[in-house]
Amino acid sequence: MNNRLKRTALAAMIGLSTPALASVAYVSNEKDNTLSIIDTDTHMVLETIEVGQRPRGILLSKDHTKLYICASDDDTVQVLDLATRKIIDTLPSGEDPEQFALHPNNKHLYIANEDDAIVTVVDVDTKDVLAQIDVGIEPEGMAVSPDGKWAVNTSETTSMLHWINTETFEIEKNIVVGQRPRHVEFSKDSKIAWASAEIGGTVHIIDVDKLEQIHQMSFKVPGVNQDRVQPVGIELTSDGKYAFVALGPSNHVAVVDAQSYEVLDYLLVGARVWQLDLDKDEKHLYTTNGVSGDVSVIDVDELKVLKSIKVGRYPWGVVIDPSS
Amino acid sequence: MISPSHYWHGFVGVQTREWLRFWQQRTRFASALVRPLLWLVVFAAGFRAVLGISIIPPYDTYITYENYIAPGLCGMIILFNSMQGALSMVYDRELGSMRVLLTSPLPRPFLLVTKLLAMGGVSVAQVYLFLALALLVDVEPPNWGYLAVLPALILTSLMLGALGLLIATWVKQLENFAGVMNFVIFPMFFLSSALYPLWRMNEASPWLYWICQFNPFTHAVEAIRFSLYLSWNSQAFGITAGTTLVLALLATASFRPQRTRILGKDSA
Repeated sequence: MNNRLKRTALAAMIGLSTPALASVAYVSNEKDNTLSIIDTDTHMVLETIEVGQRPRGILLSKDHTKLYICASDDDTVQVLDLATRKIIDTLPSGEDPEQFALHPNNKHLYIANEDDAIVTVVDVDTKDVLAQIDVGIEPEGMAVSPDGKWAVNTSETTSMLHWINTETFEIEKNIVVGQRPRHVEFSKDSKIAWASAEIGGTVHIIDVDKLEQIHQMSFKVPGVNQDRVQPVGIELTSDGKYAFVALGPSNHVAVVDAQSYEVLDYLLVGARVWQLDLDKDEKHLYTTNGVSGDVSVIDVDELKVLKSIKVGRYPWGVVIDPSS
Repeated sequence: MISPSHYWHGFVGVQTREWLRFWQQRTRFASALVRPLLWLVVFAAGFRAVLGISIIPPYDTYITYENYIAPGLCGMIILFNSMQGALSMVYDRELGSMRVLLTSPLPRPFLLVTKLLAMGGVSVAQVYLFLALALLVDVEPPNWGYLAVLPALILTSLMLGALGLLIATWVKQLENFAGVMNFVIFPMFFLSSALYPLWRMNEASPWLYWICQFNPFTHAVEAIRFSLYLSWNSQAFGITAGTTLVLALLATASFRPQRTRILGKDSA
């Protein structure tokens, strides 16, 4: 009887511990040199781990086993093993890496080097620098199209999108956009690219086949001074319904109809909202709020902010592991 | 011997009369709704983004100013109604039905509490109407919050009704409502957490903060705020309930209908 009780208790414990392999979000804290790991079910911080100096851009390897971290002040890209949550390697990155993007081949990492006005392409397996491409002044945003054909870099001072052919590593076209472009996001079918211009206060929608701008949108947050409306991070739902645009110091995220480009709503989040990521089933959107030091969670169906979770100082990037 | 059915008759009578009065004075009650709606739509619009700098319980995230002041405005509706209702009892005491009511053999505390509950019922109905209109400016508490807030609303209306009754015993004429506005309603409303969170008050002046802390209306507003967002605040509920009890005891003990007669003689 006693044994049976013990067995039941043990089974219950195992049963309880299995779902503990929770889905997690990784958040880089720029000022704390740490990474916060958030349980996306309970919306609680599970763990905070030390990483390199001034971590900003973060991204997952395509097989979801590693997290790449731009340690900007260490002039390197760190590789975090997700199983052990330990830094296992570093990659050459050029100076002051801030944003980067991984090619769908899971090998070529495109890194924007802000101080040197170049984009560095690194093979993550061999650690070879494959190319260094001259771009405009203060390169910032970096994106690779899901079909792998294009890498796009934004240069802040030149206010351009530089379209790099991923086979030749050469710029094929430059498109002038609003002042200080910061981020580019591709639609899942690689046909449309959205680019945010922070000072211009605009988002530019580019037809990727024609490499032409097809629409330009601006934002007006009720009760907020226009010069605080600074679009930065963009996230698109895969069904093509919504685009979410982080509007920086306006402390709001704009919800945009991705077909008509009409702003549907502005959602209040923490101070200086920066980057965004959707969870696996696209039910929740996570935002990093730099100045208030927290992460807001938005219910995508209801278009409501559910909760804001305290993390480290100046959270910058957020990535949700879809495999966990 | 007074049987429970007598109590029931008395209770129903007072309630019915209050609702009849509500129906007859529809415009007065409609105008009582305009006041908080103006605060919500006009005043809060200018401050919309001011508050989004800190997360305070019971909220889980940043809220617009409209969301912050909505519970305070619910309190404001009850505050105005209670004061007006209590003062109209002065009038009733002289000429109207209260005089008839007080001649009934039912115990006076029962009659007064019944009267307070009746006034509270009307206030609560107005608060729900206000909350329904507040949906238009995106004040959207959780659905169960509308039910959970009911005890806090009743408790607040009892507390403020008892306070009104106590003041009414000292107010000689109905015309003194302006004085009550200036010396009771406005200080109670402005020196509370209705318009600004207390941490903001503390930053502005620790004195103001302490006055707000000692204002029972602050705790009533917090009880409304927490229960509307499905959180429990034992301090707010405890202080509101305690204050209600003390005020109700004082009010029933000091309510003297004969005072009117003496006043009548004085004024004659």
